[in-house]
Amino acid sequence: MDDRALRSRLADTIGDERDRIVDSWVQAQVEQGAIRAGFSEDDVRQEAYPVIAGLAEALAADGPVRQAVSEAAALRSALSQLSLTRAQAGASSSATASAVLALKEVMLPLLRERAGDDRDLLLDLSLTLSRVVDAAGLVVFQSYLQGREEIIRRQTQEIQELSTPVVQLWRQILAVPLIGTLDSARVQVVMENLLHGIKEHEAKIAILDITGVPTVDTVVAQHLMQTVAAARLMGADCIISGIRPQIAQTIAQLGIDLSTIMTRATLADALTGAISVVTEGAGGETPGELVALAR
Amino acid sequence: MVSDDAATPVGAPLIVPITVEEHLRTARHAVRAAAQRLKLRLVDQTKLVTAASELARNCYIHAGGGELTIEEVVRDDHCRGIRLTFEDSGPGIPDPEAALLDGFSTGGGLGHGLGGARRLMDEFTITTSVTPPTGTAIVATRWVR
Repeated sequence: MDDRALRSRLADTIGDERDRIVDSWVQAQVEQGAIRAGFSEDDVRQEAYPVIAGLAEALAADGPVRQAVSEAAALRSALSQLSLTRAQAGASSSATASAVLALKEVMLPLLRERAGDDRDLLLDLSLTLSRVVDAAGLVVFQSYLQGREEIIRRQTQEIQELSTPVVQLWRQILAVPLIGTLDSARVQVVMENLLHGIKEHEAKIAILDITGVPTVDTVVAQHLMQTVAAARLMGADCIISGIRPQIAQTIAQLGIDLSTIMTRATLADALTGAISVVTEGAGGETPGELVALAR
Repeated sequence: MVSDDAATPVGAPLIVPITVEEHLRTARHAVRAAAQRLKLRLVDQTKLVTAASELARNCYIHAGGGELTIEEVVRDDHCRGIRLTFEDSGPGIPDPEAALLDGFSTGGGLGHGLGGARRLMDEFTITTSVTPPTGTAIVATRWVR
Protein backbone atom coordinates (compact mmCIF):
# COMPACT_ATOMS: atom_id res chain seq x y z
CA MET A 1 0.00 0.00 0.00
CA ASP A 2 1.52 3.37 -0.97
CA ASP A 3 1.84 6.38 1.27
CA ARG A 4 -1.15 8.14 -0.29
CA ALA A 5 -3.41 5.15 0.42
CA LEU A 6 -2.01 4.72 3.94
CA ARG A 7 -2.73 8.30 4.76
CA SER A 8 -6.26 8.14 3.41
CA ARG A 9 -6.82 4.95 5.39
CA LEU A 10 -5.58 6.65 8.52
CA ALA A 11 -7.78 9.67 7.80
CA ASP A 12 -10.80 7.35 7.42
CA THR A 13 -10.02 5.72 10.75
CA ILE A 14 -9.84 9.11 12.41
CA GLY A 15 -13.11 10.17 10.77
CA ASP A 16 -14.99 7.01 11.78
CA GLU A 17 -13.65 6.76 15.31
CA ARG A 18 -13.51 10.43 16.21
CA ASP A 19 -15.49 10.10 19.45
CA ARG A 20 -13.55 7.08 20.67
CA ILE A 21 -10.23 8.78 19.92
CA VAL A 22 -11.26 11.92 21.75
CA ASP A 23 -12.50 9.91 24.74
CA SER A 24 -9.37 7.88 25.16
CA TRP A 25 -7.11 10.87 24.45
CA VAL A 26 -8.82 12.86 27.18
CA GLN A 27 -8.49 9.83 29.46
CA ALA A 28 -4.78 9.51 28.67
CA GLN A 29 -4.21 13.18 29.45
CA VAL A 30 -6.08 12.91 32.72
CA GLU A 31 -3.73 10.06 33.61
CA GLN A 32 -0.72 12.19 32.58
CA GLY A 33 -1.89 14.83 35.01
CA ALA A 34 -2.92 17.44 32.45
CA ILE A 35 -5.93 18.39 34.55
CA ARG A 36 -4.95 21.03 37.03
CA ALA A 37 -6.39 24.07 38.69
CA GLY A 38 -8.38 26.18 36.24
CA PHE A 39 -8.28 23.47 33.59
CA SER A 40 -11.08 20.92 33.51
CA GLU A 41 -11.67 17.67 31.65
CA ASP A 42 -14.23 19.54 29.57
CA ASP A 43 -11.58 22.04 28.48
CA VAL A 44 -9.34 19.19 27.35
CA ARG A 45 -12.26 17.66 25.44
CA GLN A 46 -13.10 20.99 23.81
CA GLU A 47 -9.54 21.26 22.53
CA ALA A 48 -9.41 17.69 21.33
CA TYR A 49 -12.07 17.88 18.57
CA PRO A 50 -10.44 20.60 16.43
CA VAL A 51 -7.06 18.83 16.73
CA ILE A 52 -8.51 15.49 15.58
CA ALA A 53 -10.40 17.18 12.74
CA GLY A 54 -7.21 19.02 11.77
CA LEU A 55 -5.24 15.77 11.70
CA ALA A 56 -7.71 14.27 9.26
CA GLU A 57 -7.43 17.36 7.07
CA ALA A 58 -3.61 17.27 7.12
CA LEU A 59 -3.66 13.60 6.13
CA ALA A 60 -5.75 14.44 3.08
CA ALA A 61 -3.14 16.92 1.82
CA ASP A 62 -0.31 16.08 -0.61
CA GLY A 63 3.42 16.35 -0.04
CA PRO A 64 5.64 15.06 2.77
CA VAL A 65 3.84 14.43 6.05
CA ARG A 66 5.73 17.03 8.06
CA GLN A 67 5.02 19.69 5.47
CA ALA A 68 1.36 18.67 5.23
CA VAL A 69 0.98 18.96 8.99
CA SER A 70 2.72 22.30 9.27
CA GLU A 71 0.76 23.71 6.33
CA ALA A 72 -2.68 22.53 7.42
CA ALA A 73 -4.16 25.80 8.64
CA ALA A 74 -6.93 24.28 10.79
CA LEU A 75 -4.53 21.89 12.52
CA ARG A 76 -1.95 24.60 13.10
CA SER A 77 -4.46 26.93 14.67
CA ALA A 78 -5.93 24.11 16.81
CA LEU A 79 -2.45 23.16 18.03
CA SER A 80 -1.40 26.78 18.66
CA GLN A 81 -4.60 27.31 20.59
CA LEU A 82 -3.89 24.20 22.64
CA SER A 83 -0.32 25.29 23.30
CA LEU A 84 -1.46 28.77 24.32
CA THR A 85 -4.24 27.69 26.69
CA ARG A 86 -1.99 25.09 28.31
CA ALA A 87 0.80 27.62 28.78
CA GLN A 88 -1.67 30.06 30.33
CA ALA A 89 -2.91 27.31 32.66
CA GLY A 90 0.70 26.87 33.77
CA ALA A 91 1.57 23.63 31.99
CA SER A 92 5.20 23.14 31.00
CA SER A 93 6.19 22.88 27.35
CA SER A 94 7.15 19.23 27.75
CA ALA A 95 3.80 18.38 29.40
CA THR A 96 2.00 19.96 26.45
CA ALA A 97 4.16 18.15 23.93
CA SER A 98 3.66 14.83 25.75
CA ALA A 99 -0.09 15.40 25.67
CA VAL A 100 0.03 15.64 21.88
CA LEU A 101 2.40 12.69 21.56
CA ALA A 102 -0.03 10.63 23.67
CA LEU A 103 -2.24 10.56 20.56
CA LYS A 104 -0.02 7.78 19.24
CA GLU A 105 -0.77 5.38 22.06
CA VAL A 106 -4.42 6.31 21.92
CA MET A 107 -4.76 5.52 18.25
CA LEU A 108 -2.60 2.40 18.02
CA PRO A 109 -5.28 0.02 19.38
CA LEU A 110 -7.74 1.36 16.80
CA LEU A 111 -5.25 0.73 14.01
CA ARG A 112 -4.75 -2.81 15.32
CA GLU A 113 -8.49 -3.41 15.07
CA ARG A 114 -8.51 -2.10 11.51
CA ALA A 115 -5.48 -4.00 10.31
CA GLY A 116 -6.61 -7.30 11.74
CA ASP A 117 -4.05 -10.00 10.97
CA ASP A 118 -2.22 -7.93 8.35
CA ARG A 119 1.00 -7.21 10.26
CA ASP A 120 2.63 -5.32 7.39
CA LEU A 121 -0.37 -3.03 7.11
CA LEU A 122 -0.34 -2.43 10.86
CA LEU A 123 3.34 -1.54 10.72
CA ASP A 124 2.86 0.84 7.79
CA LEU A 125 -0.15 2.51 9.40
CA SER A 126 1.70 2.89 12.70
CA LEU A 127 4.67 4.49 10.95
CA THR A 128 2.42 6.96 9.16
CA LEU A 129 0.60 7.75 12.38
CA SER A 130 3.90 8.21 14.16
CA ARG A 131 5.12 10.68 11.55
CA VAL A 132 1.91 12.71 11.67
CA VAL A 133 1.81 12.91 15.45
CA ASP A 134 5.52 13.73 15.70
CA ALA A 135 5.03 16.55 13.23
CA ALA A 136 2.08 17.79 15.29
CA GLY A 137 4.25 17.67 18.41
CA LEU A 138 6.84 19.81 16.66
CA VAL A 139 4.19 22.35 15.72
CA VAL A 140 3.11 22.58 19.36
CA PHE A 141 6.68 23.05 20.48
CA GLN A 142 7.32 25.70 17.84
CA SER A 143 4.27 27.71 18.78
CA TYR A 144 5.26 27.47 22.41
CA LEU A 145 8.72 28.81 21.54
CA GLN A 146 7.30 31.54 19.35
CA GLY A 147 5.13 32.67 22.24
CA ARG A 148 8.16 32.73 24.52
CA GLU A 149 10.31 34.59 22.01
CA GLU A 150 7.57 37.17 21.58
CA ILE A 151 7.50 37.70 25.35
CA ILE A 152 11.30 37.98 25.49
CA ARG A 153 11.38 40.50 22.66
CA ARG A 154 8.74 42.62 24.34
CA GLN A 155 10.46 42.43 27.71
CA THR A 156 13.81 43.38 26.19
CA GLN A 157 12.25 46.51 24.73
CA GLU A 158 10.51 47.29 27.98
CA ILE A 159 13.70 46.84 29.98
CA GLN A 160 15.59 49.09 27.61
CA GLU A 161 13.07 51.86 27.99
CA LEU A 162 12.21 51.36 31.64
CA SER A 163 15.75 51.31 32.86
CA THR A 164 16.81 54.59 31.29
CA PRO A 165 14.57 57.27 32.74
CA VAL A 166 15.67 60.89 32.73
CA VAL A 167 14.40 62.62 35.87
CA GLN A 168 14.49 66.28 36.78
CA LEU A 169 16.04 66.64 40.26
CA TRP A 170 16.04 70.40 40.45
CA ARG A 171 15.52 73.36 38.18
CA GLN A 172 17.93 72.81 35.24
CA ILE A 173 19.34 69.64 36.83
CA LEU A 174 18.63 66.21 35.35
CA ALA A 175 19.62 62.81 36.61
CA VAL A 176 19.97 59.60 34.61
CA PRO A 177 20.21 56.57 36.89
CA LEU A 178 21.93 53.92 34.79
CA ILE A 179 21.20 50.32 35.72
CA GLY A 180 22.62 47.19 34.13
CA THR A 181 24.97 46.57 31.25
CA LEU A 182 25.80 49.60 29.13
CA ASP A 183 26.05 48.13 25.66
CA SER A 184 25.87 50.19 22.47
CA ALA A 185 22.11 49.78 22.11
CA ARG A 186 21.44 50.90 25.69
CA VAL A 187 23.79 53.86 25.37
CA GLN A 188 21.96 54.97 22.24
CA VAL A 189 18.66 55.02 24.16
CA VAL A 190 20.26 56.78 27.14
CA MET A 191 21.80 59.42 24.93
CA GLU A 192 18.60 60.15 23.03
CA ASN A 193 16.53 60.36 26.22
CA LEU A 194 19.13 62.59 27.85
CA LEU A 195 19.48 64.99 24.93
CA HIS A 196 15.70 65.35 24.66
CA GLY A 197 15.52 65.87 28.44
CA ILE A 198 18.18 68.59 28.26
CA LYS A 199 16.19 70.42 25.59
CA GLU A 200 12.85 69.97 27.31
CA HIS A 201 13.98 71.06 30.80
CA GLU A 202 16.59 73.59 29.58
CA ALA A 203 19.01 71.70 31.77
CA LYS A 204 22.49 73.01 32.59
CA ILE A 205 23.70 69.91 34.44
CA ALA A 206 23.03 66.24 33.84
CA ILE A 207 24.06 63.69 36.46
CA LEU A 208 24.82 60.23 35.08
CA ASP A 209 24.64 57.87 38.02
CA ILE A 210 26.44 54.56 37.45
CA THR A 211 25.71 52.98 40.84
CA GLY A 212 23.72 50.26 39.06
CA VAL A 213 26.30 49.51 36.37
CA PRO A 214 28.10 46.31 37.41
CA THR A 215 31.16 46.56 35.18
CA VAL A 216 32.88 49.67 33.87
CA ASP A 217 35.37 48.61 31.22
CA THR A 218 36.96 50.66 28.44
CA VAL A 219 33.92 50.42 26.19
CA VAL A 220 31.52 51.52 28.92
CA ALA A 221 33.89 54.41 29.73
CA GLN A 222 34.01 55.35 26.07
CA HIS A 223 30.22 55.31 25.88
CA LEU A 224 30.01 57.55 28.95
CA MET A 225 32.51 60.00 27.44
CA GLN A 226 30.55 60.13 24.20
CA THR A 227 27.35 60.84 26.11
CA VAL A 228 29.08 63.62 28.06
CA ALA A 229 30.45 65.09 24.82
CA ALA A 230 27.01 65.07 23.20
CA ALA A 231 25.44 66.75 26.24
CA ARG A 232 28.17 69.44 26.16
CA LEU A 233 27.31 70.21 22.56
CA MET A 234 23.83 71.04 23.82
CA GLY A 235 25.21 73.32 26.51
CA ALA A 236 24.84 70.99 29.47
CA ASP A 237 27.67 69.77 31.68
CA CYS A 238 27.67 66.24 33.02
CA ILE A 239 28.62 64.81 36.36
CA ILE A 240 29.21 61.07 36.64
CA SER A 241 28.23 59.85 40.09
CA GLY A 242 28.03 56.52 41.84
CA ILE A 243 31.70 55.65 41.33
CA ARG A 244 32.24 52.93 43.92
CA PRO A 245 35.74 52.35 45.39
CA GLN A 246 36.33 49.14 43.46
CA ILE A 247 35.24 50.81 40.20
CA ALA A 248 37.56 53.77 40.87
CA GLN A 249 40.54 51.45 41.40
CA THR A 250 39.72 49.41 38.33
CA ILE A 251 39.28 52.45 36.07
CA ALA A 252 42.59 53.88 37.31
CA GLN A 253 44.44 50.61 36.69
CA LEU A 254 42.87 50.18 33.27
CA GLY A 255 44.39 53.54 32.43
CA ILE A 256 41.21 55.35 31.45
CA ASP A 257 41.51 59.12 31.86
CA LEU A 258 38.26 60.56 33.17
CA SER A 259 39.94 63.73 34.46
CA THR A 260 38.14 65.92 31.94
CA ILE A 261 34.81 64.79 33.35
CA MET A 262 33.43 65.84 36.72
CA THR A 263 32.96 62.70 38.83
CA ARG A 264 31.53 62.18 42.31
CA ALA A 265 31.24 59.19 44.63
CA THR A 266 27.54 59.58 45.34
CA LEU A 267 24.46 61.04 43.73
CA ALA A 268 24.06 63.31 46.78
CA ASP A 269 27.54 64.82 46.24
CA ALA A 270 26.78 65.31 42.58
CA LEU A 271 23.48 67.03 43.32
CA THR A 272 25.11 69.36 45.85
CA GLY A 273 27.76 70.29 43.30
CA ALA A 274 25.19 70.74 40.56
CA ILE A 275 22.98 73.00 42.65
CA SER A 276 25.88 75.26 43.53
CA VAL A 277 26.82 75.55 39.85
CA VAL A 278 23.24 76.31 38.82
CA THR A 279 22.70 78.90 41.56
CA GLU A 280 26.05 80.64 40.94
CA GLY A 281 25.06 80.89 37.33
CA ALA A 282 21.77 82.47 38.35
CA GLY A 283 23.72 85.45 39.75
CA GLY A 284 22.96 85.50 43.45
CA GLU A 285 19.22 84.97 43.18
CA THR A 286 19.58 82.05 45.51
CA PRO A 287 16.41 81.02 47.34
CA GLY A 288 17.04 80.11 50.96
CA GLU A 289 15.75 76.57 50.65
CA LEU A 290 18.16 75.89 47.82
CA VAL A 291 21.16 76.93 49.89
CA ALA A 292 19.95 74.78 52.75
CA LEU A 293 19.76 71.81 50.44
CA ALA A 294 23.17 72.52 48.94
CA ARG A 295 24.66 72.26 52.43
CA MET B 1 56.84 35.78 26.34
CA VAL B 2 56.48 35.27 30.03
CA SER B 3 56.21 31.62 30.91
CA ASP B 4 52.90 30.40 32.22
CA ASP B 5 52.43 29.98 35.95
CA ALA B 6 52.98 26.48 37.28
CA ALA B 7 49.53 26.18 38.77
CA THR B 8 47.36 23.10 38.88
CA PRO B 9 43.69 23.25 37.93
CA VAL B 10 41.16 22.32 40.64
CA GLY B 11 37.87 20.80 39.56
CA ALA B 12 36.34 20.90 36.11
CA PRO B 13 36.92 23.92 33.85
CA LEU B 14 33.94 25.95 32.68
CA ILE B 15 33.90 26.74 28.97
CA VAL B 16 32.00 29.80 27.73
CA PRO B 17 31.64 30.33 23.98
CA ILE B 18 32.09 33.89 22.73
CA THR B 19 30.37 34.04 19.38
CA VAL B 20 27.65 36.68 19.74
CA GLU B 21 27.60 39.97 21.64
CA GLU B 22 25.34 38.56 24.38
CA HIS B 23 28.10 36.12 25.25
CA LEU B 24 30.18 38.99 26.62
CA ARG B 25 27.60 39.30 29.38
CA THR B 26 27.50 35.53 29.89
CA ALA B 27 31.30 35.54 30.19
CA ARG B 28 31.26 38.36 32.77
CA HIS B 29 28.58 36.60 34.81
CA ALA B 30 30.46 33.29 34.75
CA VAL B 31 33.73 34.95 35.80
CA ARG B 32 31.99 36.89 38.58
CA ALA B 33 30.34 33.69 39.83
CA ALA B 34 33.72 31.93 39.89
CA ALA B 35 35.29 34.87 41.74
CA GLN B 36 32.52 34.85 44.32
CA ARG B 37 32.90 31.10 44.82
CA LEU B 38 36.56 31.66 45.61
CA LYS B 39 35.64 34.55 47.92
CA LEU B 40 37.80 37.12 46.15
CA ARG B 41 37.60 40.58 47.70
CA LEU B 42 35.11 42.87 45.97
CA VAL B 43 37.82 44.99 44.38
CA ASP B 44 39.59 41.89 43.07
CA GLN B 45 36.32 40.54 41.72
CA THR B 46 35.74 43.82 39.92
CA LYS B 47 39.23 43.83 38.43
CA LEU B 48 38.95 40.22 37.30
CA VAL B 49 35.51 40.72 35.72
CA THR B 50 36.63 43.93 34.02
CA ALA B 51 39.72 42.25 32.58
CA ALA B 52 37.56 39.35 31.39
CA SER B 53 35.19 41.81 29.77
CA GLU B 54 38.04 43.49 27.86
CA LEU B 55 39.57 40.23 26.69
CA ALA B 56 36.21 38.70 25.74
CA ARG B 57 35.38 41.79 23.70
CA ASN B 58 38.75 41.70 21.94
CA CYS B 59 38.10 38.07 21.12
CA TYR B 60 34.64 38.88 19.77
CA ILE B 61 35.56 42.04 17.82
CA HIS B 62 39.04 41.28 16.47
CA ALA B 63 38.88 37.51 16.06
CA GLY B 64 35.19 37.11 15.26
CA GLY B 65 34.67 34.97 18.33
CA GLY B 66 36.38 32.29 20.33
CA GLU B 67 36.15 30.52 23.62
CA LEU B 68 36.78 31.34 27.26
CA THR B 69 37.85 28.66 29.72
CA ILE B 70 37.49 29.50 33.41
CA GLU B 71 39.51 27.39 35.84
CA GLU B 72 40.14 27.45 39.53
CA VAL B 73 43.86 26.83 40.04
CA VAL B 74 46.16 26.26 43.00
CA ARG B 75 49.87 27.10 43.22
CA ASP B 76 52.57 25.04 44.94
CA ASP B 77 52.36 27.38 47.95
CA HIS B 78 48.62 26.56 48.22
CA CYS B 79 47.62 30.01 46.97
CA ARG B 80 44.42 29.74 44.97
CA GLY B 81 43.36 31.74 41.95
CA ILE B 82 41.26 31.95 38.83
CA ARG B 83 42.77 31.33 35.44
CA LEU B 84 41.07 32.65 32.32
CA THR B 85 42.07 31.27 28.92
CA PHE B 86 40.81 33.03 25.82
CA GLU B 87 41.36 31.14 22.60
CA ASP B 88 40.41 32.15 19.09
CA SER B 89 41.39 31.34 15.53
CA GLY B 90 41.25 34.93 14.36
CA PRO B 91 43.95 36.70 12.33
CA GLY B 92 46.40 36.84 15.27
CA ILE B 93 48.19 39.92 16.64
CA PRO B 94 51.12 41.03 14.40
CA ASP B 95 52.97 42.89 17.19
CA PRO B 96 51.75 41.85 20.67
CA GLU B 97 54.17 44.21 22.47
CA ALA B 98 52.76 47.20 20.56
CA ALA B 99 49.19 46.01 21.12
CA LEU B 100 49.82 46.05 24.87
CA LEU B 101 50.79 49.75 24.81
CA ASP B 102 48.15 52.22 25.92
CA GLY B 103 46.50 54.06 23.09
CA PHE B 104 47.02 51.24 20.60
CA SER B 105 43.75 50.53 18.87
CA THR B 106 42.71 49.02 15.59
CA GLY B 107 39.02 48.89 16.39
CA GLY B 108 38.19 52.54 17.19
CA GLY B 109 38.25 51.94 20.94
CA LEU B 110 40.24 53.72 23.61
CA GLY B 111 43.19 51.39 23.19
CA HIS B 112 43.46 50.51 26.86
CA GLY B 113 41.79 47.14 26.67
CA LEU B 114 44.67 44.71 26.28
CA GLY B 115 47.26 46.62 28.33
CA GLY B 116 44.64 47.46 30.93
CA ALA B 117 43.58 43.84 31.20
CA ARG B 118 47.21 42.85 31.76
CA ARG B 119 47.51 45.41 34.57
CA LEU B 120 44.31 44.07 36.16
CA MET B 121 45.62 40.49 36.25
CA ASP B 122 48.54 38.95 38.14
CA GLU B 123 49.77 36.68 35.35
CA PHE B 124 49.32 37.37 31.67
CA THR B 125 50.60 35.46 28.64
CA ILE B 126 49.86 36.03 24.97
CA THR B 127 50.55 33.36 22.40
CA THR B 128 49.64 34.46 18.92
CA SER B 129 50.26 33.47 15.33
CA VAL B 130 49.71 35.51 12.17
CA THR B 131 50.83 32.72 9.89
CA PRO B 132 48.44 29.81 9.33
CA PRO B 133 47.12 28.33 11.50
CA THR B 134 46.43 31.81 12.83
CA GLY B 135 44.94 32.56 16.22
CA THR B 136 45.55 33.95 19.65
CA ALA B 137 45.54 32.42 23.11
CA ILE B 138 45.64 34.62 26.17
CA VAL B 139 46.13 33.01 29.57
CA ALA B 140 45.56 35.32 32.53
CA THR B 141 45.43 34.51 36.24
CA ARG B 142 44.45 36.43 39.34
CA TRP B 143 45.40 35.07 42.77
CA VAL B 144 43.37 35.22 45.94
CA ARG B 145 45.18 37.46 48.41
